[in-house]
Amino acid sequence: MEGDIAELGKYIGVGLTAIGMGGAAMGVGNVAGNFLSGALRNPSAAASQTATLFIGMAFAEALGIFSFLVALLLMFAV
Amino acid sequence: MATEAHGAEEGSSLVFHPMDQFIVKPLFGGTEVHWYTITNVTLWMALTIVAVLALMVLGTSGKKQVPSRGQSMAEMAYGFVYKMVEDVSGKDGLRYFPYIFTLFMFIVFANVLGLLPMSFTTTSHFAVTVVLALAVFLGVTILGFVLHGTHFLGLFWVSSAPGPLRPVLAVIEIISYFVRPVSHSIRLAGNVMAGHAVIKVFAGFAAIAAVSPVSILAIVGMYGLEVLVAFIQAYVFTILTCVYLKDALHPAH
Repeated sequence: MEGDIAELGKYIGVGLTAIGMGGAAMGVGNVAGNFLSGALRNPSAAASQTATLFIGMAFAEALGIFSFLVALLLMFAV
Repeated sequence: MATEAHGAEEGSSLVFHPMDQFIVKPLFGGTEVHWYTITNVTLWMALTIVAVLALMVLGTSGKKQVPSRGQSMAEMAYGFVYKMVEDVSGKDGLRYFPYIFTLFMFIVFANVLGLLPMSFTTTSHFAVTVVLALAVFLGVTILGFVLHGTHFLGLFWVSSAPGPLRPVLAVIEIISYFVRPVSHSIRLAGNVMAGHAVIKVFAGFAAIAAVSPVSILAIVGMYGLEVLVAFIQAYVFTILTCVYLKDALHPAH
């Protein structure tokens, strides 16, 4: 047995940040799913709203990327 | 930072570390990196600029009635960004179209050149994307104050909300305003870096005979996704720049 407890905690923490990926997945899926159900009800309005779709996806996804950033900080900066 | 990880991973089954591809190293020998050292980042940024210039200059030099392939690519890119700025920022946002078009072309070419095997992806480094995002953030903030003076602060004061709620909303709006450059830059670098690292992780599995067909199929699939991500992230970066520009041009809530 070697290594110290801080190292162990660091790697467990890095692993836990993967949970953030699930949150981002739900968020992006929610945006895309709601866009699709709206677009099928009114297809003529769908084309004008694709920009909004991508902005919404980008905002939802940014928070998932933040968890990746936390993992990077834990791995290399702490 | 990747070199430390490499040291820590010594003796594992991976023959290379997935983050090794992001190491900045001087092109002409030596190991020290000064501000004037020509590194692989310098080379690939220069290639990006050469590629953008080649497309736009050679594409528009012919000016034929029936466009050639190069000319129609250049016209399509121009029209795509022009329509985006017009739709999102409005007619008065078109004054800033040249800067936004430059941003889009630089990011999309850097991402796509980074997908070439053995190449270096400049947009996977936070140092590059933070500069791009800070330029947008500072430019938009200064533009807002120049155009509207203190009225620009109305961006933080939601006058359509009920009175007691407004100070609370103001705090949230200010926090969200200052998180903008952070999320703007980290979204691009994080997406590109994560995608490239995933491809390298699958490439590491290819050395094990039993799983190598699966891992090669996974690399092909991820590569297709990365081509899509390269374009979508450039699109998202540009469209968010347009949204921030619209806030500076019309700050009233």
